[in-house]
Amino acid sequence: MKKLKLLLLTSALAFALAGCGQKGGDSAGAAGTADAKSEGVMTYEEYMAAALDSEVVVETYVQAKQSWWENQATVYTQDQDGAYFAYNMACSEEDYAKLTPGTKIKITGYKGEWSGEVEIMDGSFEILEGNYIAQAQDVTSLLGTEDLIKHQNQFVSFKGMTVEAAGQDESGNDVAFLYGWDGSGQEGDDLYFNVSLNGETYTFTVESYLCDSSTEVYKAVKALNIGDKIDMEGFLYWYEGVNPHITSVMATK
Amino acid sequence: MRKKRITFTALILSSLLLTGCHGKEGLSAFQPPEEFDLSREYEITFWAKNDTNKTQTAIYEKAISDFENLYPNITVNLRLYTDYGKIYNDVITNIATNTTPNVCITYPDHIATYLTGNNQVVPLETLFTDPSYGLGGSQLRFSSPSLEEIIPQFLEECAFGGHYYALPYMRSTEACYVNKTYVEALGYTLPKTLTWDFIWEVSEAAMATDAEGTFLVNGQKVMIPFIYKSTDNMMIQMLKQKEAGYSTESGDILLFNSVTDELLQTIGAHTKTDAFSTFKISGYPANFLNAGQCIFAVDSTAGATWMGTDAPLSDISADKLVRFETAVLPIPQFDTSHPQMISQGPSVCIFNKEDTQEVMASWLFTQYLLTNEVQIAYSETEGYVPVTSKAHNCAEYQDYLSRCGENNKEYYDVKIKAAKLLLEHVDHTFVTPVFAGSASLRDAAGHLIESTVKAVRRGQDIGGEYTKKLYADTSSLYRLDQLAQQNQALSGKADLGKLPGTALTLLWSLAGAWSLLLCYAVWRAVKKRQ
Repeated sequence: MKKLKLLLLTSALAFALAGCGQKGGDSAGAAGTADAKSEGVMTYEEYMAAALDSEVVVETYVQAKQSWWENQATVYTQDQDGAYFAYNMACSEEDYAKLTPGTKIKITGYKGEWSGEVEIMDGSFEILEGNYIAQAQDVTSLLGTEDLIKHQNQFVSFKGMTVEAAGQDESGNDVAFLYGWDGSGQEGDDLYFNVSLNGETYTFTVESYLCDSSTEVYKAVKALNIGDKIDMEGFLYWYEGVNPHITSVMATK
Repeated sequence: MRKKRITFTALILSSLLLTGCHGKEGLSAFQPPEEFDLSREYEITFWAKNDTNKTQTAIYEKAISDFENLYPNITVNLRLYTDYGKIYNDVITNIATNTTPNVCITYPDHIATYLTGNNQVVPLETLFTDPSYGLGGSQLRFSSPSLEEIIPQFLEECAFGGHYYALPYMRSTEACYVNKTYVEALGYTLPKTLTWDFIWEVSEAAMATDAEGTFLVNGQKVMIPFIYKSTDNMMIQMLKQKEAGYSTESGDILLFNSVTDELLQTIGAHTKTDAFSTFKISGYPANFLNAGQCIFAVDSTAGATWMGTDAPLSDISADKLVRFETAVLPIPQFDTSHPQMISQGPSVCIFNKEDTQEVMASWLFTQYLLTNEVQIAYSETEGYVPVTSKAHNCAEYQDYLSRCGENNKEYYDVKIKAAKLLLEHVDHTFVTPVFAGSASLRDAAGHLIESTVKAVRRGQDIGGEYTKKLYADTSSLYRLDQLAQQNQALSGKADLGKLPGTALTLLWSLAGAWSLLLCYAVWRAVKKRQ
């Protein structure tokens, strides 16, 4: 039983980790050109215009997998026009294995909003022919502006930001990251760290279901020092404001 | 972000339960050793849950450090969780390989599942009364509470199947955190005890908007007047207050009944006007309350430090905070003369090990968690209540309660009012029956509300056919039909149906053979006498 569970969790983890360290790649299809949508499928514009709680149907491409649990998958997806976060989408373990980055899927579900995060809830999906991996779009200049939310859930990058103190350790010394939002966690939990630009400070997260403690990004954030200049990539998640889920960190010169 | 949104339910776990989750070879029932050997070295693991609260983590760490100072030969390794369901999942996974923790924060519903393993959880009553190392024992190096000093209601919550399988660690209940300022602005006066009718009425009144869709009560575009965090608790408490069925003590499922139908219709009606929503659908009640976008936020008293304008913990930015007066009241009632509210909060169980001395080391640490030092410190982190009268009555705790509102940190008024709410209503608390699968039933109760709210929001009809299908789907999803059969079998009430034809033939053949043998014996006896 334990072996079965371990296998299940390990496979889920292995596929989830595919999203960590993801580099913006070229589309196997026409990069930057919107796909023609099938009959009855919404464009990104139509999806964004749809009312909350209404049924939505989108064709999109898996960018990263966050978790699989009790036959439900949480997945970051994106097409050439925008991103769709699929929360707790019905998914067998077998199908979850097929959701590699770039895989084209058609999702049918309901549009929801949870603490500011717009998402597809209670969805189901089918796998289609096609492949696309989004380039990370540099949204550094949009931080603190009302335009940032237009890129919600997209694969984005932040450049030239400075690591600030995230909190203090037991001895009262400033530290560059915290386990959990307030330091109440342990190794393996989400990492929280602060970065600044032009005098404004923002809190970024390494979401441990998306990128666990074995990933490069998790180790990289643990190695940060206050004052480091870094570039980052990740998904533009929202929780009561912007809360990027970072998938890679690179030191800048 | 204070908590991860993923919720670990009993879905897969119930399937493990149904297929059995016995340890590989099982364990012998725990028998306390004659003497506790304190000359040996012990290393035990403690799986604990905190409310993503740094102070709670620090208290666990200090408790371990202080305990290790008293018992230098016992090392305690702490593993922290922020979700009871995740602990439940990990324990079940580890039962299969006999790698359970030694001491574990848990809920009685979960222990009932652990008990399907062979002697996995240690019954504690023998240890309670051990004169040397029992509660208040003579050989302890710390001041442990006596058995009589554990609040009886809280202790009884840990008794099922004829044994005590846990000690209570902390207790909480649910509270309704109210934006009193908005209630009065709407022309209402808060009663001492809320009723469901009052909450629904005020919530509907709060939905009034101007021509631009701005809510009149808060001047914002967002208003969800009533948000419930734990919809399983909501359904359980409503049914209890209505004296309607939920389950029997032996595990018969009574959840799907006409009162449940009515409750779902009422909830659906107020969802239709957008006056009601849930945590799973919209977000944390505290965030909406503090932003002036919710009037009645029901959440645990253990979440009190997140509630109110001056809450020491907050997930929303300062510019979104709205100033208002927060009232802390018991959850709404159907009968205010007989208020009823759920008792919840963590308990501690001890897992059995082949080495009985190791179990004794676990027992010592478990008891240490009930000392005043740990009880008072931990309870002060949230609207928790210590589980011993020894802690309640001590001067330090009374002083803490008396300083309500002195500052917005240690003495935050909402937090202390939440703790006082439970202290004043201990006799009005209840717990649901504990049996193998009761955790699944709890999830199912919440699922009924969540599904109904979603259906209404999505424009679906929730008439009679909807409810029938919802019950069937819920029963199937949480395997309640199978659980009911299993629990009936365990309690000896199973209806096994007609015997198969082959079995009947065999029984008749046996009866015939015995009849022939008997006839032969009688014939021989008569012939012999002649």
